[in-house]
Amino acid sequence: MRGHLAGRLLQVIPTILVVSILVFALQQLMPGDPAVVLAGEERGDPVVLAQIRAELWLDRSIPVQYLHWIGGVLHGDLGFSWRIRQPIAELVMTKLPVTLQLAGMAFVIALCIGVPAGILSATYRNRPLDYIANLIGLAGLSTPNFWLGIMLILLVSVQLGWLPPSGYVPLTEDWRQSLATTIMPAFVLGNAIAAILMRHTRSAMLTALDQDYVRTARAKGLRERTVVLRHAFRNALVPVVTLGALELGTLLSGAVLTEQVFSIPGFGKLVVDAVFNRDYPVVQGVVLVTAGLFILLNLLADVLYVVINPRLRAA
Amino acid sequence: MSETRSPARLALARFRARPAAVIGFVVIALLVLMAVAAPLVSPYDPIATSWTAIRKAPSWQHPMGTDENGRDVLSRVVFGARASLLAGVVSVLIAAGIGVPVGLLAGFAGGWVDGVIGRVVDAMLACPFLILAIALAAFLGPALTNVMIAIGVTAAPVFVRVARGATMDAATNEYVEAARATGNPPWRVALRHVLPNIVPPILVQATLAIAAAIIAEASLSFLGLGQQPPAPSWGSMLNSAQRFLTQAPWLAVFPGAAIFLAVLAFNLVGDGLRDALDPRRR
Repeated sequence: MRGHLAGRLLQVIPTILVVSILVFALQQLMPGDPAVVLAGEERGDPVVLAQIRAELWLDRSIPVQYLHWIGGVLHGDLGFSWRIRQPIAELVMTKLPVTLQLAGMAFVIALCIGVPAGILSATYRNRPLDYIANLIGLAGLSTPNFWLGIMLILLVSVQLGWLPPSGYVPLTEDWRQSLATTIMPAFVLGNAIAAILMRHTRSAMLTALDQDYVRTARAKGLRERTVVLRHAFRNALVPVVTLGALELGTLLSGAVLTEQVFSIPGFGKLVVDAVFNRDYPVVQGVVLVTAGLFILLNLLADVLYVVINPRLRAA
Repeated sequence: MSETRSPARLALARFRARPAAVIGFVVIALLVLMAVAAPLVSPYDPIATSWTAIRKAPSWQHPMGTDENGRDVLSRVVFGARASLLAGVVSVLIAAGIGVPVGLLAGFAGGWVDGVIGRVVDAMLACPFLILAIALAAFLGPALTNVMIAIGVTAAPVFVRVARGATMDAATNEYVEAARATGNPPWRVALRHVLPNIVPPILVQATLAIAAAIIAEASLSFLGLGQQPPAPSWGSMLNSAQRFLTQAPWLAVFPGAAIFLAVLAFNLVGDGLRDALDPRRR
């Protein structure tokens, strides 16, 4: 088990290295000269431009620029925002908890809908309930989540007046208000993942229900409920949990639009605002951090897989 | 089943046996027809403004109402199909155009070539899809063509993976070994004997990717990075609709429903194709 994890860790290093090169390369695609953008009013002054270039190492060769940049990143320095004039690492640290709260709630909602739906769908395989569950799942996958968000605001906030249409209150300030402002976006975000989890659960359950120990359990005369939940589901859980953990990356993607629709000041809002303010270093920083998080989650999913699968633990 | 039926015909028969997939196919055909014949189908000019018809609710005259500039929403939805379908298809062509040759190379060459390609693919897949597409589109500048490039490049790694896996599968076939043994050059073996075998999984992936690309285009246009006004796109229509949610909810309902319908149709066909082309699957 330790060897397996060490191997995975070694595999991760080149991936992170390539991610950093890709993110750095984004900078080369950037339209215009960053020094001119930063100089603002003084863009006509060659002395100022030269000074900015020297400060940002823009006058060095590209490999040297990369080494300088990655050196900073390794020390937790993601550079400076051009617009807000704040360290990017600081910006990320203030926005990340908001998105993580949203993503966490979304994941719980997705589990609560997707897993039971998948179990039912597998138990009633090829019967009307299975078809209906699949159709709802496919519909969930096909709904753009920003549109679902807008429709929910229309129904729940505008028509019924039950929840605030937008805004965010931090958990630490007032947890009730915090839940009230995040439950709708979390549902929107969780909906697509629920559909994916349902599909994973269904296929894992179908495999498990085919196994000999399920036949044995049935032959012993156990109630079908016990067979499905205690015998089949426990074994189906392994692939579901690990595949599910990977969907957390999808959650980060989805959060961009969901936060936009509900005006939640999280990670997604940070990147969209940065795009419109042409604050390219912030865009770069966000891509780097999300990719890092995703790689970390992958690794965690691997560990989780080993931990919940007793057969691998012994090896 | 008679023995003269080719695998393609068998797959077609299996596809036809799935009502959901057939419905999806019909919906796609209708949407394509609508997009192509947009000037004939739409009742009004999609960009003509009218100060006497601002934010009118749906009526016989304007079945989907009018928007904040007095433009007919139905006509804009009809013309918007062009941007969405074009973006869906073109970005997937870009993705497959990059991904399939690279995947074929990785699967066929193996060794360090496969290792290097594998790391780049891992790295790209580690960046959340939409965030990478947004970053690329932002660095390239807002325009529909740039959105297609951004989505195409971002979606390419998945095609590399699918093509690589299928190539490695196909390369173990005896006729491929025979083709090698008879002295065919590697590129010939790859193109003539392996490529045809990896078409089915690529086709399935492409159909599902079109669905994802349509959502991605709508998302980027919703953020203002895609189709620029006044040209209509479903995503950008939703963007402006958000400002009039209380006064004119119909502005948000119809473009979103159109996206949903198009994406659902491609997903239904993709699922149907997968089951039809791979009978081992449940």
